[in-house]
Amino acid sequence: MSAVTAAEWIKARRDPSWIVKLFDWKPFLVIVCLLPAVGLLMTFLTYPLGLGIFLAFTDTTIGRRGVWVGLENFEYLLSDPIWRNAVFYSVFYTGIATIGKFGLGLWLALLLNQHMPFKSIIRAIILLPWIVPTVLSAIAFWWIYDPQFSIISYIFVEVLGWRSTNIDFIGTEWPARFSLIVANIWRGIPFVAISLLAGLQTISPSLYEAALLDGSTSWQRFRFITFPMLLPILAIVMTFSIIFTFTDFQLVYAITRGGPVNSTHLLATLAFQRGIAGGELGEGAAIAVSMIPFLVAATLFSYFALARRKWQQGESND
Amino acid sequence: MVDVTRRNAIGLSAAALAAMAMAEKAQAQASRITAADATAPRLAIEPGATLRMLRPVRFVAPDEEVFRANCARFTAATGVEVRVDFVGWEDITQQTAVTANTGAGPDVIIGFNEAPHVYTDKLVETTDVAEYLGRRYGGWLPLAQRYGKKHNSNNWIGLPFGASGGPTVWRKSAVNAAGFERPPEDHAGFLDLCRKLKQANKPAGFALGNAVGDGNGFANWLIWSHGGFLVNEDGSVGINSRETIAALTYLKDLYATFIPGTIAWGDISNNRAYAASECWLTSNGVSLYFGLKNDPATRAVAEDTEHTLLPKGLAPFSPMAGLTLNAMVFKHSRFPNAAKALLMFLLEREQYDPWLNANLGYWAHPLENYSASAVWTEDPKVTIFRDTMKSPFWIGYKGPISEGSAAANADYVMVQMCASVASGQATPEAAAREAERRATRFFRRR
Repeated sequence: MSAVTAAEWIKARRDPSWIVKLFDWKPFLVIVCLLPAVGLLMTFLTYPLGLGIFLAFTDTTIGRRGVWVGLENFEYLLSDPIWRNAVFYSVFYTGIATIGKFGLGLWLALLLNQHMPFKSIIRAIILLPWIVPTVLSAIAFWWIYDPQFSIISYIFVEVLGWRSTNIDFIGTEWPARFSLIVANIWRGIPFVAISLLAGLQTISPSLYEAALLDGSTSWQRFRFITFPMLLPILAIVMTFSIIFTFTDFQLVYAITRGGPVNSTHLLATLAFQRGIAGGELGEGAAIAVSMIPFLVAATLFSYFALARRKWQQGESND
Repeated sequence: MVDVTRRNAIGLSAAALAAMAMAEKAQAQASRITAADATAPRLAIEPGATLRMLRPVRFVAPDEEVFRANCARFTAATGVEVRVDFVGWEDITQQTAVTANTGAGPDVIIGFNEAPHVYTDKLVETTDVAEYLGRRYGGWLPLAQRYGKKHNSNNWIGLPFGASGGPTVWRKSAVNAAGFERPPEDHAGFLDLCRKLKQANKPAGFALGNAVGDGNGFANWLIWSHGGFLVNEDGSVGINSRETIAALTYLKDLYATFIPGTIAWGDISNNRAYAASECWLTSNGVSLYFGLKNDPATRAVAEDTEHTLLPKGLAPFSPMAGLTLNAMVFKHSRFPNAAKALLMFLLEREQYDPWLNANLGYWAHPLENYSASAVWTEDPKVTIFRDTMKSPFWIGYKGPISEGSAAANADYVMVQMCASVASGQATPEAAAREAERRATRFFRRR
């Protein structure tokens, strides 16, 4: 009796169907689970990027399919003073703006980290420049820098009477370059400040207490506690900030369109100007592709210079 | 989604009524336009034809209303449904490119300037329609012929619908106070006027920044009026010439008389400076005048404003190339005859004259007989725009019209050549060489 039952019981446990087997098979499962993510990435990231790189090696224009021209676009760019100037200004713009943003942003974060009344509201207000759509703030700066109707010129000329002519913000090379950098710093500070503030708040107060007991000065506390503890988040924020600044488009395009005489073109605005406005898609793509090495270098710098401290990975410092 | 409220609906119908009233008035005036007897080409409209058309958005509201009404009349007359889409000016080039390359989409596109010349092999020739209209309305004006015909041939690939020019806009009081009745036609006189305006603290100003319309308008005038040009007749680059260097040397003196900051001027800057009475002489389309006239705060400025064609200098005709509306019919259209019939219908006086009037002078006609249109006499200050399409100059003068001429224009090759000299960054010789280098790239053979 019991033997029969046992036999029947075994019989009832039929072989799993093919579909169950298939889903139990690990390679298949891996592929199925990854497919949506890979598909999305291929469609919206790899394909456009690949197409952009492909176009950079053709002479496609808007309206005409191009032919493969190899490195011709890049050869031309190397001989093109406008492109070289755009490379120079992109690096300069990113460098100065990043220094400004991090100097002021860190300072602001330290201030905001103090106890003060209405702390939350003030922190919210600080974020405003970053929340406002860039195009809007760019248009505001466009008015501020206007050769005829600048509010700053107005104050200096009409109200204070300190000058007799309007200030030349965007009419000559160097003033225009710095005016754009100032606008970029103004816009970028909140992002840096709020991110660093978040980092500051993760630092344990007991470290400061211990340092106080040892009789440290406030500079020593900053130099040996705050700064090292902030470094990991600093690395991340700086990487993002450099990438955003290097690829900036809206501020420059709305305020100067790359003028006067191409002196404020960033690689992104130059790529757009040549590729879309000028219709030379291939050359525009080549300019965009020429940004990639700079971005990779900036990212690597941030990671290796700022983040690879052994103690952050649980080992002691050398 | 558009929310149609009752108020909206009433507003809409009121606008439509006004447009219809205007159209009727204008149709009464259409009889002013003389038309010779000419046999229209027999276009057998395909049975069941429907058409889709793309055109740039309007300047003024009646433009769109009358244009739609005209298309509705075509539908009523022929039974062909017409759908018109209005596209932003910045997008029309790209949409034309996609349409031409994919061979799908609208049957007819009204694009700008060079568009038909870029897609020649994708277009249906409209020679029969163009020749008929030319015979009927006193002939096509020079700019229309240049943009309509294939290079060095009498085959029409585009049908120009109008052009918008940018002559000199000046304050009568300031120019008269400087001792001139009107801006002089010669370079020395014009420079003298600008110097006196500067002394009177009522300076002139022309855009030298990256301004597609105004910047190119001024740079082209400067070079052309000195006898220079960007491209030779065979399509090779001819900018680096004695004439160009003379023009740039002249610019150095002229720029010193401008209001400060024009190097950073965009398309809108001169309008603002002029409206604020900071700049007293500039060049612009008719929009500036209407903007001033329709705002009570600046009406006085409008009354003091006059238009004249840009100084001729050494050129036989005032150098100016109006932005031209250029219609084309695509080969991929299943109803090419209907499409051609539609364009012909729209350019006939019963339709075209009301539309011309609705545009108040923003667009100037391409066919000679429309110069009798009422729009050119209603406001004497607008009359000057009547001759916009008589200009023998075009973008990319004197080469064949191509995507290269459009690209050099959009990439500010001429403007930046002028700006670099004006700002003292480059000598005229160096600036002309740099412009030559850049233009050579755009006009290279492929």
